[in-house]
Amino acid sequence: MASLAPTFGRGAMTNSWTDIKNTDLVVIMGGNAAEAHPCGFKWVTEAKHYRGAKLIVVDPRFTRSASVADFYCPIRQGTDIAYLLGLINYCIQNDKVQWDYVKSFTNAGLLVDERFGYSDGLFTGYDEEKRDYDRTSWDYQMGPDGFALVDDTLQNPRCVWNLLKQHVSIYTPEMVERICGSPRDKFLKVCEMVAECASKTKTMTSMYALGWTQHSKGSQNIRAMAMLQLILGNIGVRGGGMNALRGHSNIQGLTDIGLMSNLIPGYLNIPTERETNLDQYMSARGFKPLRPGQTSYWQNYKKFFVSFQKAMWGDAATAENSFAYDWLPKLDVPSYDILRAFELMHMGQMNGYFCQGFNALLSFPNRRKITSALSRLKFLVVMDPLQTETARFWENHGEFNDVNTSSIQTEVFELPTTCFAEDEGSLTNSGRWLQWHWPGGTPPGEAKTDNWIMAQLYLRLKALYEKEGGPVADPILKLDWRYKDPGHPTAEELAKELNGHAVTDLADPVDAGKVQIQRGKQLPGFAALRDDGSTACGCWIYSGCFTEAGNQMARRDTRDPDETGAYGGWAWSWPANRRILYNRASADLEGRPWDETRKLMWWDGSKWAGYDIPDIAPNARPGEVMPFIMNAEGTARLFSLRGLREGPFPAHYEPFESPIVNVLAPRIRGNPAARVFKSDAAQFGDAEKFPYAATSYRLTEHFHFWTKHVQINASLQPEFFVEIGEELAQEKGIKPGGWVRVSSVRGSIRAKAVVTKRIRKLICDGKPVHIVGIPLHWGFMGEAKEGFGPNSLTPFVGDANIETPEYKAFLVNIEPITGPVA
Amino acid sequence: MFPPIPNPDVSVQKPQFGPQDLVRRSASTVPPPTRQLTPVAKLIDVSKCIGCKACQAACLVWNDLREEVGENRGTYDNPEDLTPDSLTVMRFTEWINPGTDTLEWLIRKDGCMHCAEPGCLIACPAPGAIVQYSNGIVDFIHENCIGCGYCIKGCPFNIPRISRVDNTAYKCTLCSDRVAVGQGPACQKACPTQAIVFGTKDEMKAWADDRIKDLKSRGFDHAGLYDPPGVGGTHVMYVLHHADKPHIYASLPDNPRISPLVKAWKGAGKYAGMGIIALSVVAGALHYLVQGPNRVTKKDEEEAERLAEEKT
Amino acid sequence: MNIQVSRRRFLQLAGAGAAATTSIAAFGYGEAEAEVAAHVRNFKLAKAIETRNTCTYCSVACGIIMYSRGDLSKGEQAKIFHIEGDSDHPTNRGTLCPKGAALLDLVHSKTRTLYPQVRRPGSDKFERCSWDYALDRIARLMKDDRDKNIIERNADGVTVNRWTSTGFLAASATTNETAWETYKVVRSTGIVAFDNQARV
Repeated sequence: MASLAPTFGRGAMTNSWTDIKNTDLVVIMGGNAAEAHPCGFKWVTEAKHYRGAKLIVVDPRFTRSASVADFYCPIRQGTDIAYLLGLINYCIQNDKVQWDYVKSFTNAGLLVDERFGYSDGLFTGYDEEKRDYDRTSWDYQMGPDGFALVDDTLQNPRCVWNLLKQHVSIYTPEMVERICGSPRDKFLKVCEMVAECASKTKTMTSMYALGWTQHSKGSQNIRAMAMLQLILGNIGVRGGGMNALRGHSNIQGLTDIGLMSNLIPGYLNIPTERETNLDQYMSARGFKPLRPGQTSYWQNYKKFFVSFQKAMWGDAATAENSFAYDWLPKLDVPSYDILRAFELMHMGQMNGYFCQGFNALLSFPNRRKITSALSRLKFLVVMDPLQTETARFWENHGEFNDVNTSSIQTEVFELPTTCFAEDEGSLTNSGRWLQWHWPGGTPPGEAKTDNWIMAQLYLRLKALYEKEGGPVADPILKLDWRYKDPGHPTAEELAKELNGHAVTDLADPVDAGKVQIQRGKQLPGFAALRDDGSTACGCWIYSGCFTEAGNQMARRDTRDPDETGAYGGWAWSWPANRRILYNRASADLEGRPWDETRKLMWWDGSKWAGYDIPDIAPNARPGEVMPFIMNAEGTARLFSLRGLREGPFPAHYEPFESPIVNVLAPRIRGNPAARVFKSDAAQFGDAEKFPYAATSYRLTEHFHFWTKHVQINASLQPEFFVEIGEELAQEKGIKPGGWVRVSSVRGSIRAKAVVTKRIRKLICDGKPVHIVGIPLHWGFMGEAKEGFGPNSLTPFVGDANIETPEYKAFLVNIEPITGPVA
Repeated sequence: MFPPIPNPDVSVQKPQFGPQDLVRRSASTVPPPTRQLTPVAKLIDVSKCIGCKACQAACLVWNDLREEVGENRGTYDNPEDLTPDSLTVMRFTEWINPGTDTLEWLIRKDGCMHCAEPGCLIACPAPGAIVQYSNGIVDFIHENCIGCGYCIKGCPFNIPRISRVDNTAYKCTLCSDRVAVGQGPACQKACPTQAIVFGTKDEMKAWADDRIKDLKSRGFDHAGLYDPPGVGGTHVMYVLHHADKPHIYASLPDNPRISPLVKAWKGAGKYAGMGIIALSVVAGALHYLVQGPNRVTKKDEEEAERLAEEKT
Repeated sequence: MNIQVSRRRFLQLAGAGAAATTSIAAFGYGEAEAEVAAHVRNFKLAKAIETRNTCTYCSVACGIIMYSRGDLSKGEQAKIFHIEGDSDHPTNRGTLCPKGAALLDLVHSKTRTLYPQVRRPGSDKFERCSWDYALDRIARLMKDDRDKNIIERNADGVTVNRWTSTGFLAASATTNETAWETYKVVRSTGIVAFDNQARV
């Protein structure tokens, strides 16, 4: 999601599953929706059936999505940026641009700092030693009035549009074919189909998932498509959007609530140690509008932050102690993400680790390193409804987990938790809907809810600090914990905290003599938040989910006026129950819908009206206030300033392990701004020893490492396999259903071989490239046959911005072997 | 979207059809029913199917069946074939379209077709082991089944399978228990893309027409409905993108029909007693007709032949 | 919803056929129930308790109905015996994928965790333990490590309250409410190695 926020202002899927039916063209690239999200994919088949929509699939493999596509185009994994910039180049060269949209709603006309430039695969400011940029030149030219300079005619050579045009010009169809291995005629066919959607009355939707994120430049993959969608005028409209299909049932919720090293709920940031006090922290977060009259909603940052601190520490967070600013941890590095955590563990600098429903042993790259890291822990706590491999990393399972048990000194706890069927609360789906669910079964054995477990751990830790004292005890002792049963907070109590309440009577902003909201009442939404400590709110973007009117997430109104797919009365979606983000952009500068048959919001002369909650102040005049209210410019960003670490425009970089060198910048290996730990750099393989381009993925019959515990799913897809094309099988003498060994620098695994016509050799930079597909669902616990997974092979490197590991593109070798010894 | 069937009613309901609605009963006769149920049908739109196997999972769950965990044999087909527990399976075919030289991944949900003229029922020698209701559902009554396997030989689609546990034959019931309370079959309910829809046969044909028009508009000139006349039509139908060559979909028969020998026997087997004799006559011939599990032993056949000779 | 109503009526017709106006009793249904049972299996959801939930797997968040014997909301022991899609749900309309359709076997998986267990250093087995033992021991381990390793101030004397030697991975299948509670507890301790599946 790190790429959508720098472009549009928020890091979330823009539209909803049910909205996909409104599209004319679905592009599935960087994902496999039919396989991973079958019931969401239903809305693709609906769009095809009712609107005659077309489906394009671009993927290294002919997938289940491709099996029902109108057009399939192969691509080498890890080259999506070249392909997408090729599409943008085609649109620009062929005047397939939604000009009114681009001119009004993007930063195309803004002028960029004269010092900014790009050459030899690098933007200005690169420091090779640090693998990082000095980003000061990645900025606008500012006028004396404090606003960014703009040329609405797009004539100025330094305007974003002209820089973009220049930047993408190298990605010709010939270059795309050379890098991606996508045959030129197929690429051009995709170009034609996509370019049609520059029409005001045609929309395209992008559906993607981990096929784009699990790369060392994952954020930029997504940004490239986001830029294309802006050029086509497809953001904020029905049937358009950037639809990030999240993998887990509540990954959106956990990200929204900020369960990450550097986040505070609602996409606020944990301070760095350079931000020594609240004023200093806030000084970099003024979010002054960059263009006159723009909303720049982040100007309210302090209200969100202070309300969060009040939700954390209640009465102990006061104006006098800067609302307990000192109690937050302060970071010395950008983040302690999983890769850094396991690097620390591996170096013996991490003693304790908790896995709350997360099977790290099978999920994280370079399994050998993960095992050795876990073995250096003093204690490991696993809370899970299922018996995971991680909880048993110390147990010898022959070739499937060949460890020296007695030498592992880690104390391991396995705590049984309830599963969904026995638990209550809300989950946030991909489309930002918060849906409440109820428990229906008695938990098995002594399984307990996570709410109970976390409360019990907290109370016991607190008791120890009360009894014994210790360093930095206040943040623990004074944590606001006013639950009816402190040992077991209910889902409702917690949901109410997320929504927020008035700490004191809130005066009416218009008439100070009146009380707008009484002390103790639930807040109606984030507009009521204040920065003086008079409101508390756990997650500002969730404010509105549990108001005085009750639990909005439990709403079940199935009505959908005019069948737009909005379902505004079903559950509740953030922010403010808006179903399509940036929906003001569904109308032109004057507020008239681009497409009358697919109208969403319109200016009725005095306010914004339509099928959704306007994503703009309801009385914000069209032509004055632009739709991307979270961005200081008011527009979306074709040039993303300093939002991403490797550049304001995406540029093609090869995966760290690639069958060919970067033809645009042969000196550069991988993403030049991606973090690489020293010990891992030594563990990158090369094409000489490991000639085949591997990728990993899900299968529809399974969900990660859970469904191997499910008898039925185990029977539907019982055994670990790898997929290769017929040409490679023939070359290597591999038989369908025969055994193979697949190896990388970091490990080797044994698998059955599925030999298929669905994977074909690609020609990249004149060389044949064979692809090896490795699904991820097997381990040594559960009902399915014991097996391996891609993480025994994958490299320990992540995306430059959010450190998502590069699971989708790496190098392997493959050889036929005789079966396992019985 | 084909309108979803409302959630099931959990109050106790009387089934809407039962033995009084039988139009056929194996190796026996039934009184003509006093009412005609509206024929139902399940339509499987192969062009919308993503091969996810939700139908397989839903079938196992609803029918309280579990399949054993097999192995990968180099394909996505698991289990590899129908079994007494897996009453439906997806069959995957990678087909290069010679017209366009492009790959098509043809995925067909296999299972009982609920033929209007059911070969299984007609071949069945056990009185009342196979029945057909006037709504078109063909069902197996396990108490009456003798496990001889003639239903398999009579079936032009090679569907029924004999259980090693209770030695009786199993196949899809079209979820008769669900249909009897106004629900659709479990596979239809689950199907994520509505590649499976359920309703009256007329409604399904109309829906198929719509789908075929859409497919033709996308260049599938031979898109069409599979409702083979050789078995009197079926209550499970397919929309195929290449209806001119059903066999490319994992050997779906181009022109399925009941073997003339089974038909001949049916004519003679009007009475139960004669049925046994007739069975004996065709037994040997059937043996050559259908490859597949043969539950009838050599000794049985010899015995049957001897009996037949004595009677004639 | 009109479509659904007409559809319900239609399916009743499909079952009862042209003779729908005839009373079912006229066919002697009541007396023949045993025979009916032999023919058409009894509808197994009759008299079940229904509970609305959301599929636990991907982010489509399909609506499901769990059917149980026993009503948990009334404090009874409840055993879920069937799970099916919720036809009222706008996104999935009653459909489920092969994972969702088999959720029942996840709930009743043979490899569910049932009791707290501990594996002691060097041991080759888990030993069952009480919740109290496990929680007290974990709190002890946490405190000992935190007291020893938390960085209260950095080299410049800035208060940083950073605990880097213990980490916490949260689960992205837990509820928002659990996530919030977890956030509060973890952040209050100063843990910075805090993450979830968003990255993988």
